[in-house]
Amino acid sequence: MTINVTRRELGVMGAASLAAAPAMGQSIQAANVATPNWRIENGATLRVLRPVRFVQPDEEVFRANCARFTAATGVQVRVDFVGWEDINQQTAVTANTGAGPDLIIGFGDAPHVYADKLIEITDVAEYLGAKYGGWKRLAQRYGKRHGTNNWIGLPFGASGGPLVYRKSAVTEAGFQSVPEDHAGILRLCQALRRNNKPAGFALGNAVGDGNGFANWLVWSFGGRLVNDDGSVGINSRQTIAALNYLRELYATFIPGTLAWGDISNNRAYASNELFLTSNGVSLYFALKNDPATRPIADDTEHQLMPKGVVQSAPMAGLTLNAMVFRHSRFPNASKALLAFLLESPQYDPWLQANVGYWAQPLNAYNNSAVWTSDPKVSIFRDTMDSEFYNGYSGPITEGTAAANADYVMVQMCAAVASGQATPEAAAREAERRAARFFRRR
Amino acid sequence: MDATTSLHWSRNRPPQTALSRFFDNKAVLIIACLLPAVGLLSVFLTYPLGLGVYLAFTDATIGRRGIYVGLENFEFLFTDPIFWNAVFFSVFYTGIATIGKFGLGLWLALLLNQHMPFKSLIRAIILLPWIVPTVLSAIAFWWIYDPQFSIISYVFVDVLGWRTTNIDFIGSEWPARFSLIAANIWRGIPFVAISLLAGLQTISPSLYEAALLDGASSWQRFRYITFPMLLPILAIVMTFSIIFTFTDFQLVYAITRGGPVNSTHLLATLAFQRGIPGGQLGEGAAIAVSMIPFLVFATLFSYFALARRKWQQGEGND
Repeated sequence: MTINVTRRELGVMGAASLAAAPAMGQSIQAANVATPNWRIENGATLRVLRPVRFVQPDEEVFRANCARFTAATGVQVRVDFVGWEDINQQTAVTANTGAGPDLIIGFGDAPHVYADKLIEITDVAEYLGAKYGGWKRLAQRYGKRHGTNNWIGLPFGASGGPLVYRKSAVTEAGFQSVPEDHAGILRLCQALRRNNKPAGFALGNAVGDGNGFANWLVWSFGGRLVNDDGSVGINSRQTIAALNYLRELYATFIPGTLAWGDISNNRAYASNELFLTSNGVSLYFALKNDPATRPIADDTEHQLMPKGVVQSAPMAGLTLNAMVFRHSRFPNASKALLAFLLESPQYDPWLQANVGYWAQPLNAYNNSAVWTSDPKVSIFRDTMDSEFYNGYSGPITEGTAAANADYVMVQMCAAVASGQATPEAAAREAERRAARFFRRR
Repeated sequence: MDATTSLHWSRNRPPQTALSRFFDNKAVLIIACLLPAVGLLSVFLTYPLGLGVYLAFTDATIGRRGIYVGLENFEFLFTDPIFWNAVFFSVFYTGIATIGKFGLGLWLALLLNQHMPFKSLIRAIILLPWIVPTVLSAIAFWWIYDPQFSIISYVFVDVLGWRTTNIDFIGSEWPARFSLIAANIWRGIPFVAISLLAGLQTISPSLYEAALLDGASSWQRFRYITFPMLLPILAIVMTFSIIFTFTDFQLVYAITRGGPVNSTHLLATLAFQRGIPGGQLGEGAAIAVSMIPFLVFATLFSYFALARRKWQQGEGND
């Protein structure tokens, strides 16, 4: 699924800003809900698999939280951190062989692909939701089986890619911030181009940034890859309008975006060649922690992706999604661990350790100190309020992740931007490719 | 025969034990000697290859065992312009890169065959592009071709001032294709040059002396001595080179990932893209399987067209 090289590589630098130990979660409001008795099995031990960290404290705090669970319950917990490229394959093997870890914290769609291999964790989700102000929209989408209230996944957080821009350049172009409407964005980008401080969004085979931009473009015009019922809906009037708009917008981009990978916009932005793009928080931290680029960081602002014609910012988050396997001999201990990790004494320090790379799935954590630690990071707080996700607005299936990884949306946009295809032809081609990924089996 | 052996000699041959008879049995010997090789080949070669071919006829994805779907994958691929584009580019890439590698490689081999100072050192340096792991050289080329930070663009724009914009190496279809071919040629030349150099050194100097006495020009010496004598090794090297080039993966994947808009996908990169990140194992396997006919054809062509006995041994067509 989504693997953002950028964020991982640059993430290490973010660790430096964590010198001070995060305060424990006093600010988190928890409703007075009795903790269910999970009836942990005798002699239970658990094995957990999760993706590797962005920043070093992530791993330390996560391990410490598991150690506290052991201290409280006597259940030994072994945590393995695996590379982002490998977690999907390991989840597949675990699900198909019925052996291996009891729990996996994988990426968004995994619980939906392996739903029949998992136990439902509705009781955990309902308890946490009641206690911590309810689950955010994206968390509900990724947690519940499509069209039901049965939870098969337990989202742990999401990482979003909003607009990143140079305040001075946008001001020079005559704008306070990036406009929310398409015409305004085009005017801003044209002005940036005239001032030789261009915008640029990845249109190459970049899993994170490329899909982020292509999704925004189509969603912000009201288009979608998949309809609510799971049929392919990309070849629509809205998509054509979006692609026509892209032709004008692309003319204002810095040259070379068709060849951009996930790291390209970071490099161009850090070397004063790019002034408006979209990226995860890693770019900002990389700039902030390097004295040479500190002035760029000071001039940098984040903003949610412009709404266009829709009601909320059309941006998806890469979501961590935990699942408990049916083959686990200790399902109750697994549930107890998940609930324990999302309780404020554990979750809030973990959130703070991640300095904004991950944003919470539960509303109560909006008050976490992490979101006030640096005002420029605070907008990431709302990442999981989004109603948009990869494969919007259909059910989450294995096709969702496959279409994302195969760049169906990105290449549709790139074909139009490069002039290789008309908007109509590009939308038809995307429809043909998506139809295969979303075919009924 | 000396005294020691004669002491132990006896007229009657001792009867063979059952074990010794067992090991003298020809069938047992054949099986015992072949088993390790057959075992290794079937575990590490036949099984993966067979599994790959089988997967091509299923709709397996990562995370789900497929069911047998017959030729469905191939039927889809036949209607898929991206697949045909990959077929075209694989053939084009192999063709142009092979011509480039052999033209320049042969030239380099002829140069290196001359007497010059520091001959061994220069020959060692020539091998460098071949020794460097492909991924490293690919990343170097990725930087060289970068839209913003290309060293070549930097020289032309900022140092020489001949251009006002950066060169578009991998941002559009044809430049991207030729950029990749150039990188492949750079990487493949040493292999060709060193192999042909070895071939050149097996040619007897007396042939050249005889030709000189007959008043042959240097072109005639190349055309009628060097080239025919080199053909057998040329055939082998070309076979290998075509196979390596056709199945190339690392250069393309590291530099363009098949972009822009799938214009530089080779069959190998497309098979990986569909099979692993895209999760469509069956379809990826079908793309990989569809490479086999091309490779068999290339191999047969090299063998039958270039490795005829007449050229190798200067005899008739028998």
